[in-house]
Order: sequence, then C-alpha cells, then structure tokens
Amino acid sequence: MKKTLLTVALAAAAGFGASAASADTLDNVKQKGFVQCGVNNGLAGFGSQDSAGNWAGLDVDFCKAVAAAVFGDATKVKYTPLSAKDRFPALQSGEVDLLARNTTWTISRDTQLGFNFRPINYYDGQGFMVKKSLGVKSALELSGAAVCVQTGTTTELNLADYFKSNKMEYKPVVFEKQEEVDAAYDAGRCDVYTTDQSGLYAIRLTLKQPDEHEILPEIISKEPLGPAVRQGDDKWFDIVSFTHYAMVTAEEFGITQANLDEMLKSENPDIKRFLGEEAESTIGKDLGLDNKWAYNVIKAVGNYGESFERNVGQGSPLKIARGLNNLWSKGGLQYAPPIR
Amino acid sequence: MTMEEAELSARRPDRPVFYNDPFWRSLAYQLLTILVLAGAIVWMWTNTLENLKRANLSSGFGFLQSRAGFDLAQALIPYSSDSSYFRALEVGLLNTLAVAALGIVTTTILGLLIGIGRLSSNWLVRKLATVYVEAFRNIPLLVIIFFWYKGVLNALPNVRESIVMPFGMILNNRGFYFPAPIFGEGSILILVALAVGILAAFLWSRRAKAQQMATGKRPPVFWVNVALVLGLPILTFLVLGAPLTFDMPVAGKFNISGGNIVGPEFMSLYLALSFYTAAFIAEIVRAGIRGVAKGQTEAAYALGIQPGRTMRLVILPQALRIIIPPMTSQYLNLTKNSSLAVAIGYADLVAVGGTILNQTGRAIEVVAIWLLIYVSISLATSLFMNWFNRKMALVER
Repeated sequence: MKKTLLTVALAAAAGFGASAASADTLDNVKQKGFVQCGVNNGLAGFGSQDSAGNWAGLDVDFCKAVAAAVFGDATKVKYTPLSAKDRFPALQSGEVDLLARNTTWTISRDTQLGFNFRPINYYDGQGFMVKKSLGVKSALELSGAAVCVQTGTTTELNLADYFKSNKMEYKPVVFEKQEEVDAAYDAGRCDVYTTDQSGLYAIRLTLKQPDEHEILPEIISKEPLGPAVRQGDDKWFDIVSFTHYAMVTAEEFGITQANLDEMLKSENPDIKRFLGEEAESTIGKDLGLDNKWAYNVIKAVGNYGESFERNVGQGSPLKIARGLNNLWSKGGLQYAPPIR
Repeated sequence: MTMEEAELSARRPDRPVFYNDPFWRSLAYQLLTILVLAGAIVWMWTNTLENLKRANLSSGFGFLQSRAGFDLAQALIPYSSDSSYFRALEVGLLNTLAVAALGIVTTTILGLLIGIGRLSSNWLVRKLATVYVEAFRNIPLLVIIFFWYKGVLNALPNVRESIVMPFGMILNNRGFYFPAPIFGEGSILILVALAVGILAAFLWSRRAKAQQMATGKRPPVFWVNVALVLGLPILTFLVLGAPLTFDMPVAGKFNISGGNIVGPEFMSLYLALSFYTAAFIAEIVRAGIRGVAKGQTEAAYALGIQPGRTMRLVILPQALRIIIPPMTSQYLNLTKNSSLAVAIGYADLVAVGGTILNQTGRAIEVVAIWLLIYVSISLATSLFMNWFNRKMALVER
C-alpha cells in the first residue's frame, strides 16, 4: 500500500502547490544540511542495512561520497529505501536529491521520466538463476519455465524480449518487492529467478540453501547502473557525476584511503590539482564546492576500486570479479574525464 | 389589471429587497459554490500541467497505444508482450472483475449460511458461526491474503511432487490444473438445448404455480426442471455423437503444460476476499433476520410450516429488504479490496497499472485511470443493487 500512497502523494504534489522539485538542489541540500539519498531497500552489496541498522553497499558509498563532496562530512546523508516501483516518483517529486539505487540508464528514463544519468558505477547485465537439480546448463533450455521477476524493471522487459526472440515460452511470476520475489523463488513457485547478475549473486546468499542454486552463464542485456538526478539542474548533475569520476581518478592515480595524506605531498601536478593542493585552482569552487572536495570524497569512502572490493568484490561475501568494472587501463570500462 | 389581481397584490406583503429574498440568496450561494469548485478544478488542472512541464515530464494518454513489452501471468483475453498498454489494462480490469464477481457469489452464499447459523438453535453451529465472524472480522484483510498465499505456497507440494487427482486434475504450489474441454463441431446445439431447457423449466414453473393457485395441488416441479435443464443438453450431446475432447495437463520439463490452470495468486485472493467479507455479510444477514418481527415465525409455525420452509418462504423474503442496502456496500468493499492483489502478485488492475506506471513514468495518468475505473465499477454495482432493492421492495403489501 505504501507504494500506492507514495504515488498518489506524488500526483497530489504535482496537482497542488508549487513543485517540490526545486531548481537548485545544491542550495537546498546545503540549507537542510544533508543529502537525501534514495537507495535499494535491501540488496546486499549495493544498498542494505546490517543488523545494527547501518547502511552499506556500493550505492550507499556513493551517497556518502556525495555528502563528503558537499559537506566534507560523509555522515551528512539520510537514506530513503525505495522499491523498484517507488524510486522514480520519489526522485521526480523531490523526496530524494539523488537516486543511487542500482538503476539502469535507458533512453526513455532519461527523456520521458525527466532524469539525467551520466556516470556508471556498475556495468551489469541480466542473468538467470536456477536450481542445480534441474540440470539446466544454458538459458536457451528454459522454454516452459515459470520465471520470477520484479515488476517495473528493465529486467521484466528484457525477459519478455529474450524469450520471444528465442521462440521460447514462459510463465511470469511477478512481484513488486524483491523480498517477495526471493521468497516465492525459494518456495518453488517458479523455476527461474532473473535480475541483474550482480543481484543474483547477492540474492543467492540469502536463500535457504545457496549451494543448490546456480547462475547461468548467459547475460542477456546491458544494464549500466548509475546514479540519477532530476533534469534541469546542471550544477547538481555535475557534482554527482564528478563525485564518481573523482573516485575513478583516484584509483587511476593510485590514491587510496590509506595513502591519501601522504599523497598530499606529491609533486605530481595532476595529483596536486586533484587533491586541492594547487593554490590557484578553482575546480572545486566552480563546482560550487570546497577545493578539497575530491580529498574529502576519498577520505570518506576510498577510491572506486576500494569501494568495489569492499562491497561486492573480494572483501565481500559476493566475491564478484572486477570484469567490466575494472579501469579502462586494465581491460574494463571505468574511465574518468580529466579533472583539470 | 383586473380587480382580483389588484386585490392580491395589495394583500401581499412588501417583497424584501433582492439580497434579502431567500430565493435569490440561495441561488447566489449555489452559484458561488459552483464557481469556487470550478475554479479549484481549473487551477489544479493547469497547475498540474505546469508542474509536469517544469519537472520535464511528458503527459497525455497517447502512451496507452505503445507496445507494453511485459508479459502477464493470467490473461482472460489474448495478450502478449506485443500488445499495447491499453490491452494490458483491459487484462488487468478483467482479472479484477473475475475475482470480484466470483468472490461476491461465494461470499454471499457463505455469509448467508453463517448468518443463519448464528441464529441456529443448535449450540455448536451457533458458536462456530460466532467464532468465525469474530475471527475474520477482526483480522486485517491483508493478513488473511498472506495467510492463504503463504499457506498455499508452503503447504502444497512443489511441481515435481504434484498431487495427481482423478480426471487428470493436478495440484501443486504452482496452481490447480484441470483438463480444458475442447468442443467439436455442432457443439453450439448443446448450448441451444440448454437455453431451450431453461426456458421450458421457467414456463413449467409458472404453469405449476398457476395450477397450485387454481386447484391447490402442486404438480412436481423440481425433478421436471432438472430433467429439462440437464437432460436436454445431455441428450443433444449424445445424439451429436459426443463431440468433446479434453486438453489434459501434462508434466513438462519445468511446469505442467496444457489444460486450464487456476494460479495460487488468484486462489488465495479469491478465498481471502470471500472469507473476509462473509463475516460482515453474516452480521448483516443476522440483523436482517432479527429485524423481521418474531410474530412472523410464530404465525408460520402455527400454520404448520416446517422451520426450513419458514426461513426460506416467510422470514428471508422479508429480511431481504433490510439486507440488500448494506449488502451493496459489502460488494463494493470486496471489489475495491481486490486491489490488495498487488501484495501477492496477482495481475489485477492496480498491479498492471503499477507496472505501466513504472515503465512509463505516467503517474498522474495511471492514477486517474484507476480512479475512473473503480468509480465506474462501484457505480455500476450500486445501480444494479438499487434496481434489485426496488424490485424486492415492491413485494411489500
């Protein structure tokens, strides 16, 4: 019901009063003293709460990074857990300043929904998970299966297209919340679970018997996941974009949370400029931030590689390989425009 | 001016000035209210459009013609991912109507039985009915829906350990499968025979009633009607050479394929809605029966009418007049409550609309469609029930 209420609230907000989506998000954020960040309501590795109620994940790190860039303090962030269906109204209505919720960038979301996407903090693709006992080795053997999927996702659309183009039949079993999909799959309501492959790894860990499930090799779609902001606020869009690029740049320079203060003494002009040590540089000021913004970001969450390994990579239970998410110089796709 | 008119106008007291005249004054207030209301609507409308534009959102209902791109688990009319959003909404609406219509029938029968049960002279029946009403009335509907859904999912075996029942029926936690009849050539004649049978039964009942009125003797009605309604179609069926085959459900690699299927989502929603609303209907029925003067029962007993017939022929027809109006709101509630389907993934109007909303981002349009459709369904139900109520009220003497 909460969803419906939120949706109706959005409709009402658009109907009455001035638009909540203020044109100057940065001023608004500075005024209230924190960044309101829309995150996943429970996806290990991307956005989830531990038993003590602390948020963690790749997307949560990104929220912290933006808070650090704006305030120099990563704790000045509040989280709004959102389901797949709630997330867009929440951003449109101005309930959140930033949506970092493993959201796929598509042209229709960019144009019709009135959002802006730019940096991609996780290159993903849609995959399938099945019970090992079925003996399925390829997604092409899935004709006739019942498939569990979360509604209102690109996943739902890719699924229909994939089965149709391969002339296979399937029975969709659709839920609004990811927990509901998890429970239905675990109870055997469906044979196959489909979502972004990173999500499948995370979800498999939460099943009753993780070892009995396997993730099929096929990746049937491109799912570039990244933060989204409202269209029409270029300043805020730049801050959000370059927060991610700062994390990638730091990895390129070899700057880590640990060696950050040492790096301040670096003679490399690129690094000096990046960390705000170059006196006459106005990069931070031009963004509307402090000149030490990038320093603050790395201080708070480390570089992109560190955040990746900590949340979804070798330092996490997910153990996902860097793959496409490695630096461009190491065979991946993570590439940052020069900070100069 | 004639004499009378002059006399009249002279007798009439002075008319007050127009702003003190009750007629003009009430007219002015009504006009003002309408203007304010219209103004508010216009303001809301323009403001909405302006805000949508400011938020860089597109608006309008044109998107309904675009390709939906997603599949639905249960569709009563042909639907695929190539169909339009509009078609998807139609499927959702039909699913809502299906669960509401079946639910209304079941809940009425159940509620009637329990309501009568609460007044039973049998201690156990009376107490059981009371426990039922108190339990279901006091549990939130959503909890009941979850109870049935989790119950169905967890209690029934998975697809590989399906319960196989006679006549090719199969039950597992993916649903209830039963053979789908495929009618061969000439089957339309069976339907014709059925229609003829019903018509004949109707005429026979009328004739029997007339005869009873005239002679006091009632010719056999029940068994003759059964023979007419069931016998005629069966006879036709046999004469045609039994043109009927079945599409049997067969276990496939993953799923059972073929046959008809009732999914667990539909099943649990339907059961939960029926059981929940039945508790309220039972109370309405009880109140209605209590509302009929006790003298009616006593009079019937004094005439030697058996208790069952007293209830059916004397009490219930009178109680119905009290029962029908509040029943309407229970039917409306059931229909609207079916929107809780979204919690268990049944593809009803709200669930399908929600998917469309999320795929297209047209929140206001989709919400408007929801409102419009639910209001239409409710008004249609009300109209029907009002008609039915008037028809029943005419019996009053």
